[in-house]
Amino acid sequence: MNKRIYYGLYGLIVILLVLPFVVPNNFYLDLAVRMAINAIIVIGLNLLIGFAGQISLGHAGFLGIGAYASAVLPMHFGWHPVTAMLTGALASALLAALVAKPIFKLKGHYLAMATLGLGIIINIALRNEAQWTGGPDGMPVLPMALFGFEIGSDRQWYWVVAALLVLTVWGSLNLIDSPFGRALRALHGSEVASQVVGVNVARYKVSIFVLSAFSASIMGSISAHYIGFISPNFADFFHSIELVTMVVIGGMASVYGSIVGAVLLTALPQALATFEGWETVAFGAILMLCMIFMPRGLVPTLAARFSKGDDK
Amino acid sequence: MLAEFLQFLFSGITVGATYALAALGFTLIYNASHVINFAQGEFIMLGGMLAVLFAQMGLPLPAVLLLAVLVPAVVGVLVEKLAIEPVKGAETVTLIIITIGASLVIRGLIQVWLGKNTFSLPAFSGDEPIHVLGATLLPQSLWVLGITALVVVALWYFFNRTLQGKAMLATSVNRLAAELVGINTSWVLFMSFAMSAALGALGGILITPITMTSYDVGIMLGLKGFVAAVVGGLGNGLGAVVGGLLVGILEAMGAGYISSAYKDAIPFVLILLILFFMPRGLFGGKSTDRV
Repeated sequence: MNKRIYYGLYGLIVILLVLPFVVPNNFYLDLAVRMAINAIIVIGLNLLIGFAGQISLGHAGFLGIGAYASAVLPMHFGWHPVTAMLTGALASALLAALVAKPIFKLKGHYLAMATLGLGIIINIALRNEAQWTGGPDGMPVLPMALFGFEIGSDRQWYWVVAALLVLTVWGSLNLIDSPFGRALRALHGSEVASQVVGVNVARYKVSIFVLSAFSASIMGSISAHYIGFISPNFADFFHSIELVTMVVIGGMASVYGSIVGAVLLTALPQALATFEGWETVAFGAILMLCMIFMPRGLVPTLAARFSKGDDK
Repeated sequence: MLAEFLQFLFSGITVGATYALAALGFTLIYNASHVINFAQGEFIMLGGMLAVLFAQMGLPLPAVLLLAVLVPAVVGVLVEKLAIEPVKGAETVTLIIITIGASLVIRGLIQVWLGKNTFSLPAFSGDEPIHVLGATLLPQSLWVLGITALVVVALWYFFNRTLQGKAMLATSVNRLAAELVGINTSWVLFMSFAMSAALGALGGILITPITMTSYDVGIMLGLKGFVAAVVGGLGNGLGAVVGGLLVGILEAMGAGYISSAYKDAIPFVLILLILFFMPRGLFGGKSTDRV
């Protein structure tokens, strides 16, 4: 890996700085905020899928924990939104660690099954505990306040989320380039080989899963405050699948791919809204076609095309 | 007390039989290709929905059954030919996404074609309940259990007593070795998708008179079938049947004795417990890793 990988980060910063001044109206600004939120979640999930080679089919469950912590704790118990957000994130991280510890001692795709189960249980609990969560109808979320300053408008949220996105990209690039990241990549290459050279396979996998759950939970909280309303659909199986799809379409093990995947799939439902009734078919068909013709995802496929023979 | 217990048991094994058929479907495809087919649930839905459609057209019951099993089998083969075969050897994550894409396409098409309503199918032989020790048993439950048992026996015969069945088993043990002794492994893949779609569809048809059906029932039924397959030890046929019945019974008992609101959570709690304490499932063998 070389310094060139950071050029993308500079490009991203420029785009993020210019974007709010060129979007025609608030509709597109709102879309940009949601794209950035998804991008941050997807980068975290991609560290797990792309580098640790493990798939989570219940990541929306962690989003849900974060979102509902930020909704329920300030509303019913008068907590400060920041404390609520951090509590949610710690709870998600703890839950992830508890689930992952025994799972990662096993080989194979057991994490997919465990997270699938976990996500569905969280969703069912959110639907049923109506006295706290409002049940299937959802509940409103109080606004986020920081040092007495309330973050309210789309534009304020845009800057918050944009800053978080830059931080996440920078942090992930560094993480991938660190000994930790190299261990993760070795792991994806061959678990047995990395174990032989002394990588504690299980511990690394647990750490990366916990990290991605933590980040998902924080972004769940931020989404909840941004939208101002939350319902259990936010934490359902379909949303988990959408997130995995963003990773895979953008490109596994590619930080910039995650951003591209998040941007495309967040925009997709808007674009498909014109095909009334056919959205599900179109979404499914696009998934299949992408995976059949570009199994490595958009960014790695295109990168390989433009720099033939120039490996990394 | 006993009556109540029996009542939950009856409803549990009836639904469990459907999970068992779905789990067998997962097992067949997993053994032939190591793909976890997330479209399995949609075949259950297709079976039920198509049976309703054909029955409304006035076809006799045997024709309804035959068509509602055959059409999903053809769909299963199409999924395999168009989406799975072109990406042979891709990463597991890629294959999972492809089958999820296929499930969305199937569900979406049915939603556009037949709408979002809930449909029911008349029971095969009346609705007069049978009384057993104070509990009631629907005649349809007997159909479900009887046909499932027949299918399991037929599958056992197929895999243990016929050349084709043994060829499929051989492929699941070692694909390369199977190819070397002249087994057509593409045919095996083709057959496993056709059979697993047909099994799922059959379960969907049988259960529809009891639980009704709509375009979106496939997600939950499929996921529970998947849980059943893992509970039994993914890839193990007997395990899939036992797993299916176990998931169905525990779900019914949990709904009856603990909380009906959390009924759908029970299979997923079960899978977490199994993964923590018996990670290879109830019937899964030990696996070793070769460098």
